[in-house]
Amino acid sequence: MAEIPGRPLRILLAKLGMDTHTVGITVVAHALREAGMEVIFTGLKQTPEAVANAAIQEDVDVVGVSSLSAGHTRNLPRLAQLLKAQGAADKLLVAGGVIPEEDLPLLQAAGFAKVFTMGTDTRDIVAYLRAWWGTRGAPQPPQP
Amino acid sequence: MDIAAEVLAGRVAAGARAIRWLDDGDLRGREVLRAIFPATGRAHVVGITGPPGAGKSTLVDMLITEERRRGRRVAVLAIDPTSPFTGGAILGDRVRMSRHALDAGVFIRSLATRGAHGGLSRSTYDATLVLDAMGYELVIVETVGVGQEELDIVRLAHSTIIVAVPGSGDEMQAMKAGLLEAGEILVLNKADREGCEATCRHLELLLHLREGGDGAGAWRTPLLRAVAARGEGGDAIVAALDAHRAYLQGSGEFERQCARRCEAQFLALARAGVLAQLQVRAGAALLEEVRARRLDPYSAAERLLAPLRAGACG
Repeated sequence: MAEIPGRPLRILLAKLGMDTHTVGITVVAHALREAGMEVIFTGLKQTPEAVANAAIQEDVDVVGVSSLSAGHTRNLPRLAQLLKAQGAADKLLVAGGVIPEEDLPLLQAAGFAKVFTMGTDTRDIVAYLRAWWGTRGAPQPPQP
Repeated sequence: MDIAAEVLAGRVAAGARAIRWLDDGDLRGREVLRAIFPATGRAHVVGITGPPGAGKSTLVDMLITEERRRGRRVAVLAIDPTSPFTGGAILGDRVRMSRHALDAGVFIRSLATRGAHGGLSRSTYDATLVLDAMGYELVIVETVGVGQEELDIVRLAHSTIIVAVPGSGDEMQAMKAGLLEAGEILVLNKADREGCEATCRHLELLLHLREGGDGAGAWRTPLLRAVAARGEGGDAIVAALDAHRAYLQGSGEFERQCARRCEAQFLALARAGVLAQLQVRAGAALLEEVRARRLDPYSAAERLLAPLRAGACG
C-alpha cells in the first residue's frame, strides 16, 4: 500500500462552453489519480466564471482545461483573467486538447504555463505537474 | 487582514485556504482554528449518508435549491474516497451541484478521505468549524457511500439524513445492520422506481420496531419519499430538518451535541498526540528487546507506561 503523502497536489479539471468531448479529460483524470493527485471535476458546459469560483472554493494548486472544439482563444484567457481578479493568480494554469500551434503564444500570454497538444503521453503530463509541484517548496510535515 | 479575520468576515478564498491547511495538517491551519473557534457553534450541521449510487449528491443539489429559496447560506463538504493504493482521488460530487456554481450564497468543497475510515476525512470536523465561522447557516456533509459500520457522520452532524433506494436486498441488509438506527431522517430516493412500495413498507416496519422503546416527546424518524433528480420531495426534507433542529434546540440537545463533538475532537487529538509521544519514547532499545524476544510485548508496554502510571497524570 502506497504511503499517503501529507500534502497531495490538488487539480481542478474543467471543460468550458459547449464542448462535450470527455474521453481525454477522463483518461487524464485517471492518470493523475494513479499518480497520487486529488482530481476535482466540475462537470460539462461550464462558464469561465463557474470554473474560477470552483477553483477558489476547492483551493486547488492547478487548474487544467480540456478543449476539443474551439472556443479556447476566448474562454481560456477569460478564466485566467477571472482568477487573477479574484486574487488566485498563484494557481498553475494548464490546458490540453485540440489546440493549434498558432494559438499557443496567445494562451501563454494569458497566463497558461503549459498546453498539452494532441498526442501528449499522460506520463508527460504527470511528470510536468510533479516537477512543478517540486518547485513549490518542501511541504510541511503532516501533524498527528 | 490575516486569514482568520477574513474567515470571520466570510471571505471565500480565505475559508478555502484555511480548509486546505487543516486538510494538509499545515500548522497555520491550527492558528486559524484557534482564532475562529469562539465564533463557532451556530451552524446546523447536516449529514447525508447512504449506499453508493443512492443519489446523495443529487439530493444535496436539491436541498441547496430549497434552502436558498428560504434565503439561507449553504456550505457543502462532499467526501470521496482516496485510493489506498496510490493516494490519489477523483472527486466528482460537485458535478451534480454545478447549477449553484455562480451563487455567492453557496460554498462547495470536495474532500478526499486520505486514509481515514468511517466515511469522512480527518479534517471534516475542522472544515465544518471554518464554514460555521464564515457564517454559513447550514453545513451539509456528504459522506462517501457507506457500508455497515462507517457512521462517523452521526457523531459529527446535528441531523443525519439516511438515503435509501427501492429494491436491492443487499442495501436493506446494510440498513438493518446500523444505518437505519443512525439517522434522524430517512429518505427513500428514486421513489418513482419499481419496488418503491415494498421498500417503503419494509422501512416503515423497521422504523416502527425501532421506535417501540422510545418515550413520549422523543424524535420520531420520518420516512420521506423523493425523486431528487426531478427536484421532488425537497420541501418535506427541509421541513423535517427544520423540525429536527427545533427539536434539538428545544430539548437542549443542540448544545449538548456541540459539546460532545468538541470533547470527542479534544480526546482524539490528545490520543493521537500521546500515541506519537509513546512511539518516540519507546525508542530503539525497547523495540529491540521485544524483537529479540528478551522482553514480552506486555512487559515492554508496561515499562513504557510506568512514568504515566507513577502520577504524571494526577
